[in-house]
Amino acid sequence: MPHSPLPKTRSTHRTSGLTRRNCLLVAASSVLAFSSAAQIAPAKASMTGSNANRALMVAAPWEIGSLDPSKNGFVFSRLEITETLVEADQQGDLVGGLATRWDVSKDQLTWRFKLRPAAKFHDGTAVTAETALRSLERAKANPGVLGNAPIKRMAAEGDTVVVELTKPFAALAAFLAHNSTQILAASSFNADGSVKAVIGSGPYKISSVSPPTKLEAVRFEQFDGKKPAVQAINYLASSRGETRGMLAESAQADLVFTHDPASFERLKQNTKLQFHTLAIPRTIYLKVNAGHPLLKDLAVRQAMSLAIDRSGIASAILREPKAAATQLFPPILAEWNVAAMPALVRDQVKAKQLMLSAGWKPGADGMLSKDGKAFKVVLRTFTDRPELPPMAAAIQAQLKEIGIDVQIAVGNSSEIPAGHKDGTLELGLLARNYALVPDPIGTLLQDFGPTGGDWGAMGWSSTQVRSALDSLSASADSTKRSALRGSLATVLQAELPVIPIAWYQHTATSSKRLGNVQIDPLERSYRISSMVWAK
Amino acid sequence: MFWLYAAARAGAVAFFVGLLTFLMTRALPGDAAFRIAAGRYGYDMVNAAAADAVRRELGLDQPAWVQLYRWMADLVQGKLGNSMVSGDPVMHEIAHQLGHTLQLSIAAWALALLMGVVLGVVIALRPTSWLAQGLQWSATVLRASPAFLIGVVLSLGLAVHLQWLPVAGSDHGGHLVLPALTLALAMAAGLAQVVSHQLQAVLRSDYFEFALTKALPQRAALWRHAARNIAVPVLAYSGVQLVLLVEGVVIVETMFAWPGIGHALVHAIVARDIPMIQGTALVMGLLFVLLNTLLDLFHQRLDPRLLNTRSAS
Repeated sequence: MPHSPLPKTRSTHRTSGLTRRNCLLVAASSVLAFSSAAQIAPAKASMTGSNANRALMVAAPWEIGSLDPSKNGFVFSRLEITETLVEADQQGDLVGGLATRWDVSKDQLTWRFKLRPAAKFHDGTAVTAETALRSLERAKANPGVLGNAPIKRMAAEGDTVVVELTKPFAALAAFLAHNSTQILAASSFNADGSVKAVIGSGPYKISSVSPPTKLEAVRFEQFDGKKPAVQAINYLASSRGETRGMLAESAQADLVFTHDPASFERLKQNTKLQFHTLAIPRTIYLKVNAGHPLLKDLAVRQAMSLAIDRSGIASAILREPKAAATQLFPPILAEWNVAAMPALVRDQVKAKQLMLSAGWKPGADGMLSKDGKAFKVVLRTFTDRPELPPMAAAIQAQLKEIGIDVQIAVGNSSEIPAGHKDGTLELGLLARNYALVPDPIGTLLQDFGPTGGDWGAMGWSSTQVRSALDSLSASADSTKRSALRGSLATVLQAELPVIPIAWYQHTATSSKRLGNVQIDPLERSYRISSMVWAK
Repeated sequence: MFWLYAAARAGAVAFFVGLLTFLMTRALPGDAAFRIAAGRYGYDMVNAAAADAVRRELGLDQPAWVQLYRWMADLVQGKLGNSMVSGDPVMHEIAHQLGHTLQLSIAAWALALLMGVVLGVVIALRPTSWLAQGLQWSATVLRASPAFLIGVVLSLGLAVHLQWLPVAGSDHGGHLVLPALTLALAMAAGLAQVVSHQLQAVLRSDYFEFALTKALPQRAALWRHAARNIAVPVLAYSGVQLVLLVEGVVIVETMFAWPGIGHALVHAIVARDIPMIQGTALVMGLLFVLLNTLLDLFHQRLDPRLLNTRSAS
């Protein structure tokens, strides 16, 4: 009997549908599905295509956790989707935003903000004083800066928002530039007051938002100001630094914010990128619990300050020698930086003498002790800003050289205010933003008040600083204000309730396809509306 | 019986995942109200006042058992509560993320199976060839590499240097390729080794030799006598690899800014968003149960002996 293939009828005995044809079909369709979903071609086209109509892609670490202005408002104001009554220019000076101008009454208690007459929200409705008032009342009730201003009452009068104060407060306009005070249209809110959509009045309007990573915006054609050249924006939140680095390097993103110093150095070899380093009003300092038995002695705080090698830290960790702090306020805060003040320097000999004068004697191992008790403190820091933990390690090593034993605890940023509240914090390393509102007074009022501040002084207060802050809040006289700022900076430098380490550098890269790129030192806006595509 | 067992398994997973995530988040050091406030308002704005407002709003000062009881009671009614950070319903957020995670997981799994089987067969059929040797070697290296490393290498090669694919995002299908490939490579390496071992065992077997002796061409013999035999252990192994997939999704999603459940879990843990952690962990646990149940079903179809033994007993 000649050999024949197995009878076809055999397949009918099969209990499953697992025939060769089915298997091949499944395999082929999965490959097809995958490759068709992949659409590799459009990805490539978007990276190399012509510029005119393309969307500008921005990558930044900040996720869109919520649409609420009090929570993630900065995402929308940076993309120029929303506006505040007051804005700040490239020098940090206040300029008109939704309000074209503002007047203050003679007694400094009533402020009137006149709105831009032709301003429209993205839903086509006009921006009125009533709608602005609703957003401002909401901002005042939620955590944010407005709750700290001495506001008695706010009202809408015609095209003007009127703010009445309980006492003079010169920084009100700066407070109204904070992103939590952004003005949204009435249709942005649900009946219970929560935010259902971000409908602002800026030059760009949201076309789609998929929290937490993605937002697409297009040019708002009815915007009453100058028409931006860039027609559309894609925002991608990517929390990993290495991913952002690759987004810049691969040219997928046109504008990338916040690179860690080491990858920024590496990226500099890329010829297709433009690099932006800008000193911003943010200072990295040691928050000291000046009420702690070991740290309450001024000589000890001075010795610690003298032990720190700021230029070493700035060059090795921040890769920018100019970032070494010589005082609390960076030069970018020109009105607050006192050029004539003696700089904070490193002097280990003097540091050791100061510790000795405070009664701390080195043992055989060089470590300090007094009455049999060793000098041991815990330094808390966090990873939200990646350079903080290595800086903490450098500070630990430098303080060890004068005999101070520092333990480092790296955790979440909230452990610093939590430790301030329960009194357990000894040292904290943090980066403080002096541009929460365009006037540093907004931050200083929180940090150096009568009971210190969550991110500022702890167990330390100074009547001179407090009265200077009060007078600065109330006074509009520029000569007087300048003297007050000088005295405040001098006291902080002398008494070291916080020990400045470095001034922050903001890093960003942009594609050479983009022209007119400006980086806002106050981190308020990406300024995309003024960018142009290179020819 | 089978479905009852599967339902009981899902119920037990839901209970223990909920309980464990709750206990673990409570055991973490630090004040939850401060953590949540930092997650909500950003660290520049977090202070004692914001933390107090969060504590009052969310009832964090209530005893732990009251909070756990509430969560469990809600869960029985099919509710997962609201995210402490965004304030939106957890169910709503997860529904959005689940689609992305499923898309990524299915693509990765299908790709891994495809690559694993093809490479495994190549290795088994020509075990001494340089291609098979090279594949064996790279499979070992891949199995030992964390998903994170594979992802960086692939991105540098395919996205940064060749610019064939986008680095990160989720706009179109092109964004799926790199994360899916990253997950698939690690899984395919293990699968290829299992396929090649099993296939080599079949090739040495008497029944395969008999198939060849009766002059069946090798391809036909492989298909008729080897395919189903190796499919059983390979599927069982790919079920075990689901763990690798779930673990990989957490890392890979964050790396490629893919807005799935793994990405949400990482951020929920950082922000101490307890309902979100419980919700995402729960969904991932249930997904694991579901996929394993489907595998069991498929397994039974492939190997009728399993059904026969059950019905005999």
